[in-house]
Amino acid sequence: MHIKNSKRIVALGVLAALSLTGCAAGGSSGGSGGDAAACAPSDGKVDLTFTSWIPGIDKVVDIWNKENPDIQVTVQTGPNGNGGTYKNFFNQLSAGNAPDLGQIEYDALPNFRVQDGLTNIASCKNVTESKDDFIDWTWNQVTFGEDDAVYAIPQDTGPMAMYYRKDLFEKAGIPVPTTWDEYAAAAKTIRSQGGYITNFPQNDVNWFAGLVWQADGRWFSNDGDKWDVTLTSPESEKVADYWQGLISNDLVSKVPAWTDEWNNAYNTGSDWTWISAVWGANSISSGAPDTSGNWAVAPMPQWKAGDTKAGNWGGSSTAVLKGSKHPYEAAQFALWLNTSDEALTALNKEANLYPATKAGLKLPVLSEGVDFYGGQKIYDTFATAANETNPDFVWGPTMTQTYGDVADGFGEVLGGTGTLTDALKTGQQKTIDALDAAAIPVNK
Amino acid sequence: MSQISAGAPKEKLASRTAAMIVMGISTLYFLVPIWWLFIGSTKSREQFSSTAGLWFADFNLFTNIADLFAYNDGVYLRWMLNSIVYASFGALLGTLFAAMCGYALAKYRFPGRELIFNTVLGGVLVPATALALPLFLIFSQFNATNTFWSVFLPSIVSPFGVYLARIFAAASVPDELLEAARLDGAGEVRTFFSVSRRLMTPALVTIFLFQFVAIWNNFFLPLIMLRDQTLFPVTLGLYTWNSQVNQIPEIRTFVIIGAFLSIIPLIIAFLSLQRFWRGGLGAGSVK
Repeated sequence: MHIKNSKRIVALGVLAALSLTGCAAGGSSGGSGGDAAACAPSDGKVDLTFTSWIPGIDKVVDIWNKENPDIQVTVQTGPNGNGGTYKNFFNQLSAGNAPDLGQIEYDALPNFRVQDGLTNIASCKNVTESKDDFIDWTWNQVTFGEDDAVYAIPQDTGPMAMYYRKDLFEKAGIPVPTTWDEYAAAAKTIRSQGGYITNFPQNDVNWFAGLVWQADGRWFSNDGDKWDVTLTSPESEKVADYWQGLISNDLVSKVPAWTDEWNNAYNTGSDWTWISAVWGANSISSGAPDTSGNWAVAPMPQWKAGDTKAGNWGGSSTAVLKGSKHPYEAAQFALWLNTSDEALTALNKEANLYPATKAGLKLPVLSEGVDFYGGQKIYDTFATAANETNPDFVWGPTMTQTYGDVADGFGEVLGGTGTLTDALKTGQQKTIDALDAAAIPVNK
Repeated sequence: MSQISAGAPKEKLASRTAAMIVMGISTLYFLVPIWWLFIGSTKSREQFSSTAGLWFADFNLFTNIADLFAYNDGVYLRWMLNSIVYASFGALLGTLFAAMCGYALAKYRFPGRELIFNTVLGGVLVPATALALPLFLIFSQFNATNTFWSVFLPSIVSPFGVYLARIFAAASVPDELLEAARLDGAGEVRTFFSVSRRLMTPALVTIFLFQFVAIWNNFFLPLIMLRDQTLFPVTLGLYTWNSQVNQIPEIRTFVIIGAFLSIIPLIIAFLSLQRFWRGGLGAGSVK
């Protein structure tokens, strides 16, 4: 008990101390002064390392290296974040040899923040000034709502919309649903014709979070002292009840997502819609090639007719990791990578990344019609969605654990026992326990 | 009497058939995934998910291979080369060290011999995965992570090889022969290389193969140590790609064909060395 308490006090102390110090900590070249003085350019040529799992990102970085002979960035790579790179970052942080910059998804940022793995670059040139360049919600993800704090530069986002089989809806004479009520009604009609309106995935808990996000729900909040876990908030339970209804009445298919079976459900036209993120456009076109030209994209169905709200699924940032000796140069590179037209265009071309900047949404490559979607300019819909995403959604510091526990519960529901609300309740309790066990202050 | 003699061949046939069935099923069990992988490698991305998994669609194997080799400046070939270098040189050195160590433990009497042997034996029980993180922290002290050596050096240690070499040397290298070599004036090193090594060859091939496969399949250590993709072995490279498949579906074809090609060197190693290997296992078990 004693040990636990003192650990907690230390953790609190770290949190408090962090919000006071800027780039100074972690042996940065700027010395140990206040924030403003801390982020100064280094003398001479600077070599930076940048770990990212995005295929082809080295080609984008090459552009920077050509234009900036004094700040050379070496790309390092690895599997995606949860596939091992985050673990590696933490190992490297404790061994003191972490890269200067790292790719970190929004839902993993709080974990790095709580474990003191990020450098505050707020005082670096142009960083705070760039706030208005980015989609509102992304900026809150990288500042955690703290004053004078920026811990990463937003890179890409996953605004959500509804992919649907335009041809099938027209043939069946079903109007395209604009509210969740209409969506449920359409689900019944589609089921009576032998199809499913969509699939409920067991393991894409962050997809479910995107739906809660759209409903103005929040799963976490942090007042600076303590975390609040609200997986069972009224909004969250509303979404859970809704989908529980669809599952109980056999109106959605229950195929594991990302499998051949799942691809086939779309390819053969047995699943009619997919509420998904912008990057899902490619998943459909590659998984269901026989349906080319028959798809279209509409905004997500709304909870209240006339509303315009969207959720988000995925997206990541470029963070300056603790211990970087050149936070100034690292921040300049991160800004260029995620705001300049040439970098954003190249990132989109190489890896389908959807920009997190307001200007990036208007890139020429994103205003073209897409053949697979019958020539529709689908990115217009996603651009609108990106701006309609609630800026207040907060991720927790132990998302891998939360996802795992909620997914276990979802699995039981799909197997026929329990409800989605039960799954959220279990997830809620286990998340509180996990935070507690990690000595992270949490309201019980 | 006649009943018994009539029954015997029948029984023999029945047990034979049973054995064949069991073997047939297990062969199938092991080969079906490889067959699936091969079939998958021959398909275009469109046909991969829309056609039956165990039979051909349009034959695109060579286009796929060409695409794989061209993707990302041919990084896949680099990974294969890395794997071959890690595995063959690592296995070669590992075999040499294991042989020398096992031989010394079998043929020389010195204080602490059993203690050393038991310690090495204990090493067999510690999974390599458990050592990856400590190794990373140790290599970090020397700023040697993310280098060729960070994967290569830990690969040349094989406690199981030492164990095998000792057992085999004790059984197949007669003390009289060593006496004779010494009387003829050969030094200990020369005796080892020109007499004992030859006698131990079957065991050495076994150790080499075990070690080769172990290094080839080693995944966790490179995952933790390496960040520079030009140093990746093929296992880590494919895993890296596979973790991207959901977002960038184009890569799926490369993962499949890459996985298929990556087992070919293992098959070659086994086929070319299995003659020695069988001899080795047999000889060891008889004595």
